[in-house]
Amino acid sequence: MSQTYRLNNSGQINRDKKISFKFNGKKYFGYEGDTLASALLANGIHLVGRSFKYHRPRGFFGAGVDEPYAIVQMVRNKETEPNVRATEQELFEGLEAKSVNCWPSVNFDIGAINNFFNKFLPAGFYYKTFMWPKSFWYRIYEPFIRKAAGFGVASTKYDSERYEHKYEYCDLLIAGSGPAGLSGAYAAAKNGASVILAEEKPRFGGSLLTSEVNIGNQSGKDWAEKIIAELKEMPNVTVKNRSQVFGYYDHNMLVMSEKVSDHLPKTKKFSPKQRLWYIRAKEVLISSGSIERPIVFGNNDTPGVVLASAAKEYLKVYGVLVGKKPLIFTNNDSAYETAIEFKKNGIDPIILDSRNAPNSEIIEEAKNLGIHIKFSYVVVVANGYKKVKSAQIAQISPDKKNLGKIEKINCDCICVSGFWTPTIHLSSQSGNKTKFDEKIDAFVPGKSKQNETTVGSANGIFNLEETISTSFEKGYQLSKKITNNDNKVSVPQVSEKKFTNHDKFWCVPLPNKKNFKRFLDFQNDVTVSDIELALREGYRSIEHVKRYTTLGMATDQGKTSNLNGLQLVSDVENKVVPSVGHTTFRPPYTPVSIGAIVGREIGKHSKPTRKSPMHSWHEKNNAVFVDAGMWLRPRYYKKANEGLFEASKREAANVRKNVGVCDVTTLGKIDIKGPDAAEFLNRVYTNAWLKLPVGKARYGVMLREDGIVMDDGTTTRISENHYHMTTTTAQAANVLSHLEYYLQLVWPELNVNVVSTTEQWAGAAIAGPKSRRLLQKLFPNKDLSNEGLPFMGYSDGDLFGVPTRIFRISFSGELAYELNVQSDFGNFMWEKIIELGNEFGIQPYGTEALSTLRIEMGHVAGSELDGRTIPYDNGLDGLISRKKDFIGKRSLNREAFIAKSRQKVVGVVPLDKKTSIPEGSHLVKDASAKLPNPKLGHISASCWSVEYNNPFSLAIVKDGKNMIGKKLYALSPLKNKSIPVEIVSSHYVDPKGERVRS
Amino acid sequence: MLYIFCPHCGLRSQNEFAYGGDGSVKRPTLNKEVSDKEWDNFVYNRKSPRGKHVELWHHISGCRQWIKVQRDTVTHEIFKTVSADKEI
Ligand SMILES: [Zn+2]
Repeated sequence: MSQTYRLNNSGQINRDKKISFKFNGKKYFGYEGDTLASALLANGIHLVGRSFKYHRPRGFFGAGVDEPYAIVQMVRNKETEPNVRATEQELFEGLEAKSVNCWPSVNFDIGAINNFFNKFLPAGFYYKTFMWPKSFWYRIYEPFIRKAAGFGVASTKYDSERYEHKYEYCDLLIAGSGPAGLSGAYAAAKNGASVILAEEKPRFGGSLLTSEVNIGNQSGKDWAEKIIAELKEMPNVTVKNRSQVFGYYDHNMLVMSEKVSDHLPKTKKFSPKQRLWYIRAKEVLISSGSIERPIVFGNNDTPGVVLASAAKEYLKVYGVLVGKKPLIFTNNDSAYETAIEFKKNGIDPIILDSRNAPNSEIIEEAKNLGIHIKFSYVVVVANGYKKVKSAQIAQISPDKKNLGKIEKINCDCICVSGFWTPTIHLSSQSGNKTKFDEKIDAFVPGKSKQNETTVGSANGIFNLEETISTSFEKGYQLSKKITNNDNKVSVPQVSEKKFTNHDKFWCVPLPNKKNFKRFLDFQNDVTVSDIELALREGYRSIEHVKRYTTLGMATDQGKTSNLNGLQLVSDVENKVVPSVGHTTFRPPYTPVSIGAIVGREIGKHSKPTRKSPMHSWHEKNNAVFVDAGMWLRPRYYKKANEGLFEASKREAANVRKNVGVCDVTTLGKIDIKGPDAAEFLNRVYTNAWLKLPVGKARYGVMLREDGIVMDDGTTTRISENHYHMTTTTAQAANVLSHLEYYLQLVWPELNVNVVSTTEQWAGAAIAGPKSRRLLQKLFPNKDLSNEGLPFMGYSDGDLFGVPTRIFRISFSGELAYELNVQSDFGNFMWEKIIELGNEFGIQPYGTEALSTLRIEMGHVAGSELDGRTIPYDNGLDGLISRKKDFIGKRSLNREAFIAKSRQKVVGVVPLDKKTSIPEGSHLVKDASAKLPNPKLGHISASCWSVEYNNPFSLAIVKDGKNMIGKKLYALSPLKNKSIPVEIVSSHYVDPKGERVRS
Repeated sequence: MLYIFCPHCGLRSQNEFAYGGDGSVKRPTLNKEVSDKEWDNFVYNRKSPRGKHVELWHHISGCRQWIKVQRDTVTHEIFKTVSADKEI
């Protein structure tokens, strides 16, 4: 099909480069520099989709970010993407796009039946229709809504594209490269400020690309090109096109989405698809321009009804006619530019102007060109279903309330202009309270809240000369404030045609006995009668009207509809617009892809992976890893066909029988130094620390101020004023913050320093009856007897030349040691332990065996110290000092904490000695009691006792110690299990703790 | 994202900090008799003021110092920041 609506010699496209693309499976041609919208229009395609609620045919309305209709499903390089605006998508070779919200096809859409039943789809129809009967919800309503809702389908595939984040700082961020933005950027850059100039479109220049003005003796477009070229050469300036500043956050943090590759058939190697910029700007110049708003009339959603400014942009930028018999319907002068542009290209437009004999330079020009103008005329209704075929027009009375005789006029498009709405989203997001400007019937920014200044038409200034001179001045002033430079460039001469006032008119009344649909929100299908109904039903606040009718809630966020909606509410309510107020502008200004928001933080990149220095040894030895916070820890070492259960049992049994080695590098380690260190520990831990001798370790429990156990671990006195604290892997970071809090804020008088050394030490726990014999091989010259290095003793050692810390501490309940060496020597240490341990039958063990060993010994850990238990619950009564005060002590007196029936940690064994009890099971008296079955406690941790060869669990049970010997049931409704159990002591193995001291 | 002045490091983005709650709370002195009410107020009860408020932030990915920040809870304006040992 040929491009029958393409002009021969106008536009800013590259006619030497023909591009083929597919729309709804059919092949078309366009040119380099086209958007999908302009290329389709060049081919005479106006029907691109169906509307949200009534499934009415929809075409193109705008030419950019404000577009409410032309949303397509894109296919690019085999990836599909929903919610793409055809007016923003640049054409590339092989582009494929499909209509959305229509089934089975855009030309024949079954949902369009809604259009004929529209009496049943009034404002709030979701709330009214889908409420009753309840049984209809899943079967009928939900599937209906799901099918009808949304603009496209998200891909279920993994997105193979790459997205990036970038952090940037600048003196001045300028949002928008129209005349205001260019002027501000140029003045500021010449005055030495670091500037980022962002333009949402591929071409810089904004309105200068389509206006007939003169700046500094050149056309506006040439001037823009010259300024941009100069800015690009300046080292203090970053110029970005295809970049939308979409959010203005606290403290002048703005976020910008740069579409790096969306306009290319395929993302280039080493380049992202999109990049999200987080920009901290000292000052922000908002030059986001303005968006034309429509005049509301009957069937104003028919394909072929377009904004006059969009029609002009299609002509001047793309050389495309939106129609060959255009009707221009306006209440102001700017649409005359569109009419003149048609006329210059050999097309005869007819202008309907709602004003009564206005007079201005541009109206004179139109008259002189012989353009047919009808004053005091309006479009009453557009005729045609899938495309405008004609219009019914009428004269309108001066008070705009009465229509004259209806006349029919042939046309194939209606270019409508209801004047201009400043784009105040960014200034409003910054916290700026906007104000209503009666002169332009729109809101403009008020007093600046953050360091933001709005210029040009975004500030309600539609006069180019004033825009350019104020923007030069602002650029200069803001840069001077930041850089203290005083280099002021001269403002160029500007000439443009003078415009006269617009008509305060926005909605054509209905003729007698006619009830045409008059759309306000084109994307969400909200009509004038919907708003009227909402107001009749008692909705008053504009925020409520918005939510009830969904006005302005679609993906275009009401860029073309909000103000007309406000006008309607104010008319019906007989209020002025400022007292109606407007709904809150929230980021993002325009949809941002989830990929860009997530950036590189996906999969393995979503958080750092921490590995111990022995990680590669574990890998080579068939370790199966488990996530422990950010750490990867061996869960078990797989042999032959073993699974988790067999392997962990083997590893744990070997510790009880021979000797095992476990990588404990991940334990938090904190170095504590200073003359007041002992006093500090005495306040932090619940037990006494003042008398711990050098060379000794002690187990400690620390509480939060509310009495809940925060963490436990051992701390060793290395020398007089030097301690080595260990924390659990999970709490390492919190404990450090906790210690810093007390040292810096609560007790700054204590002379103590803390620093994390977790990464500096590699740790290996050597546990089992043969561990001393192995240790003697590792340190042949050391006295490692029970007297030489007793339980809870510490000594330094020399591991074949590597300085080593030797701690005699035990988590497994066996005779055990922990070795720490500098991380770099971790692997050396580990391999030595394995090498020399072979004769004692050493085996590495993972976290699963580690758990088994501690559970059957009744050592509490994270599953019992779960942020809900106090020391008494965990049988740690002996660690609570009566003599001294410590963090959280005062809370332990709380009534609930000293209650007799308080929960305690106990052991649990299934009566059949076979059935493992799922963690999280509830303990109850009567398994068949009526629900809710009174809960006595829960299973906190389960293992297979390698000592007794039967399952064993720990539980936290009400009145725990008195329950020992009782028979209960462990219920796990999730696993559908009811297991008869007996409560036993939590110290299942070696209750007297003889092994660790042996 | 807030821009917080750390008295030790300078202006840094909020994502380097962890929020630490009400900065006006004083821990009762150790070994002192404290009434239930006084203790409850220290541990649990916090005001949620509208407007100026002193709060704690921990420069957790920076110098690791706790700092006091006076911030407007409505506008997020930050008036003053001081190191932990000073008062606002
Ligand atoms: Zn800092």
